[in-house]
Amino acid sequence: MLEKRPVILLVMAAAAIMIGTVVTVVLPFRWISAQRPAPSAQAPYNALQLEGRDIYIREGCNNCHTQTVRSVVADVLRYGEPSRAEESAFDRPFLWGSRRTGPDLARIGRKYPDQWHYAHFDNPQEFAPRSNMPSYAFLRLPLDTSLTERKMRTLGFRYTNEEIAALKGKTEMDAMVAYMQKLGIGTGKRKQ
Amino acid sequence: MEERVTYNDDIVKGFVFSGIFWGMAALLVGILISYQLIDPKLNYSPYFTYGRLRPLHTNAALFGWGIGSFMGLFFYMTERLTRSPLWSPGLARLQLYLFNITIALAGISLLAGMNRSKEYAELEWPLAIMIVVVWVIFSVNVLMTIIRRREEQMYISLWYIIATLVGVAILYVVNNLEVPVSFTKSYSAFAGTNDANVQWWYGHNAVAMVLTTPPLAIFYYFLPKSTGTPIYSHRIGIIAFWSLVFMYLWTGAHHLLWTPVPDWVQTLAMAFSIMLIAPSWGAVFNGYLSMNGQWHQMRENYLVKFLIFGISFYGLQTLQGPAQAVRTFSGFIHYTDWVPGHVHNGAMGWVSLVVFAGIYFIIPRIYRTEIHSVRLANLHFWLAFTGQLIYSVSLWTAGVQQGWMLRATNPDGSLSHTFMETVAELYPYWHARAAGGLIYLAGFAIFVWNIVMTVRSSRRQQAAEAA
Repeated sequence: MLEKRPVILLVMAAAAIMIGTVVTVVLPFRWISAQRPAPSAQAPYNALQLEGRDIYIREGCNNCHTQTVRSVVADVLRYGEPSRAEESAFDRPFLWGSRRTGPDLARIGRKYPDQWHYAHFDNPQEFAPRSNMPSYAFLRLPLDTSLTERKMRTLGFRYTNEEIAALKGKTEMDAMVAYMQKLGIGTGKRKQ
Repeated sequence: MEERVTYNDDIVKGFVFSGIFWGMAALLVGILISYQLIDPKLNYSPYFTYGRLRPLHTNAALFGWGIGSFMGLFFYMTERLTRSPLWSPGLARLQLYLFNITIALAGISLLAGMNRSKEYAELEWPLAIMIVVVWVIFSVNVLMTIIRRREEQMYISLWYIIATLVGVAILYVVNNLEVPVSFTKSYSAFAGTNDANVQWWYGHNAVAMVLTTPPLAIFYYFLPKSTGTPIYSHRIGIIAFWSLVFMYLWTGAHHLLWTPVPDWVQTLAMAFSIMLIAPSWGAVFNGYLSMNGQWHQMRENYLVKFLIFGISFYGLQTLQGPAQAVRTFSGFIHYTDWVPGHVHNGAMGWVSLVVFAGIYFIIPRIYRTEIHSVRLANLHFWLAFTGQLIYSVSLWTAGVQQGWMLRATNPDGSLSHTFMETVAELYPYWHARAAGGLIYLAGFAIFVWNIVMTVRSSRRQQAAEAA
């Protein structure tokens, strides 16, 4: 019957596609969003950290680094306690990644001093000779802040005018390091 | 009363040649980034770093080579299966220009760092809108051609084509919902765990609706055409069709096992992934059983070789996939090189082999000539086959080794290896992978040469006939 009716076939195929979609994608919104903390409970990102996050996205860091500690023994031993839904509740987009060419970064914040990050971005091989991470020395450029305020407003993050003004003179690497130092802070526990 | 239908083959040529062009680009970028992983000095900042090039590689392969060739082959198959000319050649021409402009702009924007970061949906919102426009123009044209068909029965390939049109539309639009900040920057409409769940519902079903239903449409059309005998069972095709389009959509969360996505969503994804073996192998068996009495053609007919090895890679892929979707195994190999090994088994083995067969079949027919060289086509086959095997086997081995090293513990329960120690072990496998890619590229270059020479010899023949 259907092999003679293309429009009905189209509608039925769309319906078949929608069933699994509704159950596994639409319904979970309730479960997941129920775990969202009040925005005040978790300070999402300040202006500098958000700019750092956007540079992380621009450079495609998520192609080599994950930001989710799985509840498997080796992950917990290596990186710290498993990631929880509320930790990324304000992350648009999520940055969990899909491949660990480099280590997971979900709990990297405050693991190393700022100076370590600057030097490591400049020349990763100085710290790990067999590392295949490219140099990001070119991030020592002035940070473009023309959209910062609009970004903070679009995401609904609180900010002050002083905070925006303080971005003057910062470099892209300053923003990246600020973002690195924020990851996993105030939410999860790093491995001791 | 037999009426002669004039098919619009110029548009088929346009899309197939565009697909081949972007396929070559995807391969070249793939080779470059495979060497960047070996030697970080090959990263030329800021535009040519691994982080910016890897999305360029996947987008060129998936949207340029994949979708481009599919559009050409879909037009070819739809016209013939409906015995009708294309509904609107003008729209198809517009679609061809828009498609190539979009892919070119996509490449430039990714190099410039305009990137939403969601895999296979990296393009910023103005380009995403262009892709939707191209897809709508394409879908309307194909559907109207089918609705106005002169052949009453719709062959199974048309079913898969229809599913592709609607499936891609739903997936792409939902996962690209964005809140723009500027013309080149936007934030996802979903946040955190929800965003992850939407993304991998999209990501895994891009595998269904871009890398499974179109090559199946191609396989079901070109296998009988190449062997000269009908498909074993139309009924198996139909049962497999409905179970495939129903079950695939439940499985996205197997990319997110052990993460904060709710456990019941993960478990459903796991169960449905295993059930998907049935429809996948329905197609594999349908292909094998169609070869009853025809297996000698594996020696004699290079098209059959591409198609049957293609469906065999599909069979391997659809056993490996469900295995990876089980929590235990996923915990072991996820985030390692096993996964790119798996992906390329599907992309370079299954999808590309079937597309090569389709292109080898249609180009001589459209140009009313023979293929320039069957020997070169056979050489292409063996280079593609060995290149792909070296690629995938080396990365599977790398994944297993790194998986073991990462979880190895000392008697006191502490980890045996630092992360860096596991990376240092991967370099030999990465060399092997890059070599596999080079072999595959050599095969692709021979393929391009063979197609170009076929077209040129046809032009010479026609000039001689006209003289």
